[in-house]
Order: sequence, then structure tokens, then C-alpha cells
Amino acid sequence: MRRERPQSFADYTPLFFPGLMLIVFFVVPFSTMIAVSFFKRDPVGFYTRDFVFDNYARFLSTFFGGVLGFSLLLAIGVAVCCVLIAFPFTYLLTQRPRRVQTLWLVGLLSVLSLSEVIIGFAWSTLLSRTAGITNLFVWLGLMEAPVALLPSVWAVLTGMVYQALPYTILVLYPALVRLDPTLLEAARTLGASPVRAFLNVVTPALRNTLVATLIMVFVFALGSYLLPQILGRPQHWTLSVLITDQAIYQSNMPFAAAMAVFLVLISLALVGLTLFVGRRENAG
Amino acid sequence: MSAFLRRLYFTAVALFLAAPIIIVAGVSVNVKQDLSFPPKGFSLSWYGQIFLDPGWRQALFASIVLAITAAALAVAIALPLAWFLWRRIAPWANVFQILGLAPFILPPVITALGFLTFWATAGFYGQPWTAVISHAIFFVTLPLVTLSLGFASIDRALVEAASTMGADDRTVLKTVVLPLIMPYLVSGYAFAFVLSLNEYIVAYMTVGFTMETLPIKIFNALRYGYTPTMASVSIFFVAIAALVFGLIARFGDIRRLLGALSSDGN
Repeated sequence: MRRERPQSFADYTPLFFPGLMLIVFFVVPFSTMIAVSFFKRDPVGFYTRDFVFDNYARFLSTFFGGVLGFSLLLAIGVAVCCVLIAFPFTYLLTQRPRRVQTLWLVGLLSVLSLSEVIIGFAWSTLLSRTAGITNLFVWLGLMEAPVALLPSVWAVLTGMVYQALPYTILVLYPALVRLDPTLLEAARTLGASPVRAFLNVVTPALRNTLVATLIMVFVFALGSYLLPQILGRPQHWTLSVLITDQAIYQSNMPFAAAMAVFLVLISLALVGLTLFVGRRENAG
Repeated sequence: MSAFLRRLYFTAVALFLAAPIIIVAGVSVNVKQDLSFPPKGFSLSWYGQIFLDPGWRQALFASIVLAITAAALAVAIALPLAWFLWRRIAPWANVFQILGLAPFILPPVITALGFLTFWATAGFYGQPWTAVISHAIFFVTLPLVTLSLGFASIDRALVEAASTMGADDRTVLKTVVLPLIMPYLVSGYAFAFVLSLNEYIVAYMTVGFTMETLPIKIFNALRYGYTPTMASVSIFFVAIAALVFGLIARFGDIRRLLGALSSDGN
């Protein structure tokens, strides 16, 4: 059946239900949130209608600047770690037989679908003194006594890398699995070692993919809302944690909304950048 | 030599990914109510607790009902949309595709807060069904992506043949298109189901104070009192995810779903 332009109004019927649902339950909530960011806080209810910029003005404090700076740095750290681990790994994975690939993909998807609550719980157990990995080291005779490795910024970083690593691998997978095999053959025929071929041929060929992946993982890491809370100290809280905290525990929905709008703007700018980088790759 | 290094690298990544799960599995078989590793004794009673303890059983039930209905609603939204985009040339309709992808790309806190403000303003805050709609919108991306892949893989000549033989749109849809995209529909449902089961922040911000899903229950236990049941539930969830994705891999082409083949069907 060829694709046709809709002939009559009736041809649009399939669009009604999805369109209605997405507008009512995504566009409207989103707009509500933007509106609420200009409202005033109501200590007993949710908010009072108003039009003030107070919630945005609060961004201009050193505390907020610190949180923002820390969130961005942490997300950059996570993105860099993940891509450094995932890129060679995914490359090697795509060289393996189909069966091995399928097995890994099932495992990666299972870890990726894990609730952030479960990841947080699992890592807080793994890094704890009573049930942690240090008990294993003591048992092996490597350490004197078990110690707690959390809360610390390293625990937060490790947990977030754990959360984002399967995502990174799955984002890189299509690009690497579709990589032109003749590129590599040519490099090998000309006498390059596998490592050299990877570094000098595969990596430059996928430069833009790598940049796009870095940005996507960065946005993914910005969204982590529980791990900094479970594995870190209050000074390790990120923007996402702060939004949850303001909305739920401080009952300051307008301020939470203002921060969320701000986070949307950062994310959208970065996603736009990804699309731009991706387009250049396809064009060039 | 390089094969050895590769194996070492794969093992290291596998260990990193498996380590927390192994520890939690160890904790979950402790005999007494303490979270120690290596476990003291061996007992599966904490797995029994998931079903025997009323609190955990209710949370499990709430989570499963939520996941089943939300995933169904997500597919019901995604299917007509993907079909329309495949069947018709209507560039402006791509706006809906972008709307369907957006909740998944943006940080989840934003979608969650959007729902919180929306349901609070509409006056339905805390109703169980609001979580179903919220999850369906939040996860509509997954069936939308798998179904788009499915439609793209259909050989248009097959459909052409059916309509030349006199089948109308409805018959073509029922006898040719639906059977062809069924595997993609099932995987889309399965992805949405598993993720909804594990989702915390949207559920928490919509019904967190009136209903406990399993992730909310685990989080509350994390704050207000540890019990090995948290560990057994976590392992139970890992097992469900592995089972579902394993089934998809067994009966479908998971490599294709994850982009191993280009979307034009080559």
C-alpha cells in the first residue's frame, strides 16, 4: 500500500485518541508546571495563583550555584567514565558471535530496567560496613577490618556510572554494529594491529557519534534523582534531588517547578546539540 | 594474548554489573533479620515474605496491576499513532511522534513534577488511576519505537497485493498488518511493563502518599527500617526483567529491536 495523503476527515480518526492523550496528559501538565513556576508558595496547600519571578530569583544564590555546578560536574564525570568504559566494550561486543551479543543485550537490558531504588539499595549494601565488599577483602586477608565506603562522592559516582553504563552501551550499539566492516579490513590489510585499527580508524570514524553519546549520557545522568540522596551526603545532592525534595518534603511546588523548567532548558539545549551533531554526521 | 585481554575486560564489566546483584542475592538468604554478607545461614523465607506479608503482597499486587494496565494503555496510544504515521503522508503529524518521545528523553523528575502539578491542579491528586495514565504517557516511547520499527519492516508489496485483491483498509489491517507487527507490539508492551514495574519517581509524585508500589515500598523500607525482604524483592524483580527480555530474545530479534539493522529493513 503506498503512503497517501489523508483524503478525508475520517482518515484522521486513528490520530484522535493518541493525539488527545498526549495533549491532555503531556502538553497540559507540562504547561501547568511552567505556569506554577510563576505562582506563589502556599504553606498549607499546593500554591496560590500569582505572577512573580521570586522562584527564579532564588537561582541567584551561592547555594543554588553550588548545587548547579556540582550537578553539571557530576554528570560530566559520569558521562566521561561511561563512554570510556563502554566504547571499547561495545566495539568488542559487536565483533562477537550473535549468540554472545544476544546474551549480553538481555543482561544489559535487565540491569537498565532496574529501579533506581533497587540500584541505590544494592550499592549502599555493597559499600556498607556490615554487608559490604570490604568483608570479602577481610576474608581474603587483604584488609584488617571492614569499613564503610559511603556516604561519599565516589559512592555517588560509582552508583551513577552503574546506572548509566548499560544505557551508554545500548546507545553506542547501533552505530558500532552497523560500522562498515571494510574500514577495518582495510586497516588490517595495511598492517595495523587491532588496537591501532581501533584507535586510528574506528574512533575517528565515529567521532560525532561519541560526542552525541557523551551528551545523551550527560542528560541521562542529570536525571538521577535518588542515588545522590542514598549514597551521598546532602552536599552531594543534585538538581534532580533538590527538585524532588522541594516538591515533596518542603511542599514548595512553585520553586520546584522553576528549577524543573530550568533543567528542561538545559536538557533541551543539549538534546538539540545532539541532533545537530547527528545531522552533521549523516551529511558528512 | 589479545583474546585473553578481551576476556579479562568482558569479565571485569560483567563483574561490575553483577556485583551489587550478587551481594543483594546473598543478603536475601540470611536466616535472621539482618543484612549481612556473606549471609549467615541459608533461608528462602524472605522470598516467602513477599507473598505472605500483607504489606509486601499489597505492594506487589499494586505494582503488577499498575504495570499491566499502564503498558496496555501505552500500546493503545502508540499503535494508532505509529500506524497513521506509516500509512499516511502528513508531516505535521510528526509533532505527535516528538511528543511521544519527549517524556523518555527529558530527565524523569520533570515529567513526574509535571504530573504532580497537573493532578494537583485538576483535583485528582492521589487517585490510583492517575498513576496508570501517568505511567502510560511516561512509557509510551517504548511501544512507539518498537512499533515504528515493526511498521518500517513491513514489505509494502504484501499490503499492495492484499488491496489489489480487493481487501479494504480494515481487512488489510486485520489480516496482514497486525500479524506482521505482532512481535513488535508484544516487545513494546513487555518493555513498558518491566519499566513500569520498576518506576519510582512518577509513581511517587502521583500516588506516593495514598498507594505503595513495590519501588516506593522498598524506598520507604530503606529510610525507615531495613528488612531482608527488600533484597528478596529486588532479586525477584531482576529475575522478572531477565525472564521477559530473555523471552523477547528467544522469540523475537532483540538485536534488531536495539538497532542492529537499519530501520529501512535491510
